[in-house]
Amino acid sequence: MTKENPRTSSHFQINELLVFEQGMSGRHAFDLPALDVPAVPVAEILSPTLLRDDVAGMPELGEVDVIRHFTRLSTWNYHIDLGLYPLGSCTMKYNPKINELVARLEGFSTAHPYMPAELSQGALEVQKMLETALAEITGMDAVTLQPAAGAHGELTGILMIRAYHESKGRPRRTVLVPDSAHGTNPASVTISGYEVQNIPSTPHGTVDIARLREIVNDDVAAIMVTNPNTLGIFESDIAEVCEIMHAKGALVYMDGANLNAMMGIARPGDFGIDVLHINLHKTFTTPHGGGGPGSGPVAVKKILEPFLPIPVVALKNGGNYLFDYDRPQSIGKMKAFNGQFGMHVRALCYILANGPAGLKEVSETAVLNANYIRAKLTGAYELPYDSPTLHEVVFSDKLQARFDVHVADIGKRLMDYGFHPPTISFPLIVSGALMIEPTETESRQELDAFIDAMLAIAKEAEANPELVRSAPHTTRINRVNEAAAARKPVLRWTQT
Amino acid sequence: MRYLPSSEADRKGMLEAIGIESVEQLFAGIPESLRLRRPLDIPPGLTEPELIQFFRGAAGRNATDFTSFLGAGVYRHHIPVVIDALISRSEFYTAYTPYQAEIAQGTLQAIFEFQTYITQLTGLDVANASLYDGSTGLGEAILMAHRITKRNKVFIAKSVHPEYRAVVATYARNIGIEIELIDFTESGRMDYAAIGKAIDETVAAVVVQTPNFFGTVEENSEIASIAHKHGALSIVNVCEAMSLGILKPPQDADIVVGEAQSLGIPMNFGGPHLGFLATREQFVRQMPGRLVGMGEDQKGRRAFVLTLSTREQHIRREKATSNICTNQSLCALMCAIYLATMGPKGLRHTAEQNIQKTHYAVQQIRARTKHSILFSGPRFNEFVIQLKEDYASRAQRFMRSHIIPGLHIARFYPELGNSLLVCVTETTTRDQIDALVKGLE
Amino acid sequence: MNPEGLLYTKDHEWIGITGDTATVGITLHAQEALGDVVYIELPGVGDKFEAHKSFGSVESVKAVSELFMPMSGEVTEVNSTVKDNPETLNSDPYGKGWLIRIRIANPAEASALLSAQAYDNYIATEA
Repeated sequence: MTKENPRTSSHFQINELLVFEQGMSGRHAFDLPALDVPAVPVAEILSPTLLRDDVAGMPELGEVDVIRHFTRLSTWNYHIDLGLYPLGSCTMKYNPKINELVARLEGFSTAHPYMPAELSQGALEVQKMLETALAEITGMDAVTLQPAAGAHGELTGILMIRAYHESKGRPRRTVLVPDSAHGTNPASVTISGYEVQNIPSTPHGTVDIARLREIVNDDVAAIMVTNPNTLGIFESDIAEVCEIMHAKGALVYMDGANLNAMMGIARPGDFGIDVLHINLHKTFTTPHGGGGPGSGPVAVKKILEPFLPIPVVALKNGGNYLFDYDRPQSIGKMKAFNGQFGMHVRALCYILANGPAGLKEVSETAVLNANYIRAKLTGAYELPYDSPTLHEVVFSDKLQARFDVHVADIGKRLMDYGFHPPTISFPLIVSGALMIEPTETESRQELDAFIDAMLAIAKEAEANPELVRSAPHTTRINRVNEAAAARKPVLRWTQT
Repeated sequence: MRYLPSSEADRKGMLEAIGIESVEQLFAGIPESLRLRRPLDIPPGLTEPELIQFFRGAAGRNATDFTSFLGAGVYRHHIPVVIDALISRSEFYTAYTPYQAEIAQGTLQAIFEFQTYITQLTGLDVANASLYDGSTGLGEAILMAHRITKRNKVFIAKSVHPEYRAVVATYARNIGIEIELIDFTESGRMDYAAIGKAIDETVAAVVVQTPNFFGTVEENSEIASIAHKHGALSIVNVCEAMSLGILKPPQDADIVVGEAQSLGIPMNFGGPHLGFLATREQFVRQMPGRLVGMGEDQKGRRAFVLTLSTREQHIRREKATSNICTNQSLCALMCAIYLATMGPKGLRHTAEQNIQKTHYAVQQIRARTKHSILFSGPRFNEFVIQLKEDYASRAQRFMRSHIIPGLHIARFYPELGNSLLVCVTETTTRDQIDALVKGLE
Repeated sequence: MNPEGLLYTKDHEWIGITGDTATVGITLHAQEALGDVVYIELPGVGDKFEAHKSFGSVESVKAVSELFMPMSGEVTEVNSTVKDNPETLNSDPYGKGWLIRIRIANPAEASALLSAQAYDNYIATEA
């Protein structure tokens, strides 16, 4: 801890080998109840040629060993409960603890998806309530909770668009994707059997309407937009974009990753959007878990409702919910069973905890926090687009690059100040991009500490660039030699 | 609102710093015609006690006091308590994707351990950091075979889980991949002769599941041999990963893909679960999903890092091996903890109990009821009963006794008539099996 | 700066022609822009490509670049050493870092290529 950087200090962490390097024979951590049926040897039930030896290389550990091993690993992670993640486009907000409690209720966690509907009314009701709430929040007509994550939701949405066009006689050939789009967008287009057609942004970072008018024809199936876009700028021409597309019989897909900017303030359905996905692990606070599980519900307008994946949660006469598979125009199944139900419970809990006033306050505060950071860092960092921004802001490393300090270095140096780096090098239309999204669950104190750190680093870039270029200095490990790891990949432990 | 930490004074100060009077000004860029000028029509905000009461009520409307013999791709096994204790640490569950390796070594090492465990269970060279689930994993495996062989047809055993086949159909339809189903024989196993008769050089892969949907254990060597003779890949799908604790891993498979929910993950009404995919080293650059590699930092210390990222969407965009972004990281951690806890002997012992209890159930049904057990092949923890009478009459009786006797599979296999897919695991007691048998008499 | 005896493309490949065969690689500028090369995907012997078509790719940790044929031809040799040691592409892009050898299909295509001087000018203005 120093006067200049009061936030971090060093502290011991315990090293820990791979679990495979530690197992002693003869330890065990779990006891099964004794067999209560006749103990016929397995080799008499199944042919011994079907049986394996004990799985080679798996270690044997006691319960304390297991607890110590994974606890030690956990101490090496930065996480939201520790501090801010200013990651643009990720919406790393606080994960309320009550979500974890309700998701673990026995009726939910031990439920089998094939239980008769009359025995699963609680789960079905949760799903229906979540669908209804998400439809209202987004201004759409129907929702499917089947997709497992945002990218999966994109695929679902594009497939529904395809099914819609096929029902009109012809699937069409291309989908327009802005050059500022998240990488999952073009990837999803390709695996839907469409071709990507890139559409450039204007110097203000928004979709080029004039160019759009030129390109769109009846070979174009859809456009994928993000609003606010990946620069945090609200596409104020969005209604016109939708009109232009609709006039040619094409549809509009919206990537809902930035929904946190406008809950209770504006709704994609009201812009003219036909289909969007929602990231429950972003706006609706289901935990990131170190990379997943996520959940990507998709909301549609009535014209796409017939194509929703199966099953659809329906309400029967008599007030009972059930899964409806009888949907002849459905695109089919996107995933076995019913979607990431555990995440549905958490998201519904969050929505019910907030209510309409709460969700609006969430978005207002998210936008306030991001603009506060923008105001404080402008000048120290280059702002490539000066249009108003909502819940996130993109700076570039241009001013620091003069001293040969680049965006990755700035990110690494932030670690020494006790923060996770912002999103770097995205969107691709900004060279040396630094995308910052604080979310609404950060206090002014935390924001000020982040701002102070960023300002300090900007000064260091000029006065002592090598310090920034060689960061981080205080973390458990410093920069990994990624090129060597990629040239000769070692993707598992092997016995040597 | 209790999750928002800034006070009124804080907010005022921030507004001043920005140079505006109210937050409303920040939304000036949104045209008035697009503004929502009424409150959202959702239920009003609840306090914590109200939330708990509401969800307890909802969870209470899901039956927890039924004896269930349901399997069919989602399995009830004992879940060691240490798993939840460890994954409830916010260091694990509130952490972001480990793109910044220096401050994510916990997640990265745990996933590396998961990858290793999967290679040990499947006997293949390399496994990824997980996929959404077994069904989408199978879809991805087929896309992978299509990329590798540049062929457009895939043979899939009809005994592969019907929902998995439905997902594959959704993935395959729009890229011009044709699916041909291969039937099963009386043993319950895939019809090798039928594969041999139909296969040619247009086939990218032959897919079988083991244990298959009927619970029958398949042997892959002959299937793989036929496939390889024609330049096709052998893909084996595993829905019941517990079986890998005692059964030989699939022979000669090029890709082993499936669902690891059985290894430490609650059933959760169908999700989140845990897809895995393992393959040979030569195909590593065609794998979808994240990969964690082991390397060194600048000081030569061991370090784990996401690697071979150029396969993925954020770099290759439209040319990526998949569009996948999130994986099932926390579930992969749960699986790694489960396997660390059970060890090879614990896993084997648990798998043995599955086999022994299932064997007991089959014997009792044969001895004491008039129904027949379909399929003569070896089984792990599931089997199919063909009922001698209409299922509906039995169903009422079982409901009243609070037993779900299995899955009525006519919806998937109408040709099998009144058939019930029954699953018995180490969690099923002798008394419960006896009650099932009594209900079937 | 770039060797005189070679011709160049705007996609930053170089080609060294001797009679009806040629050697193809990527320029110093290209490998600098890529950073540490970790993987190279090259075609097989006997593969044929038209000019400007992709014949492979080069990967660094965070980027992929396609390789484009400077002239049409058939691949006669592939540098397996550089495939196994991709760092050679960074250290010696004009020598040991050569990628493929081809039999030229249409010598006239050489007229569309840039001389060393023209290529130097091109990268100076592009930057």
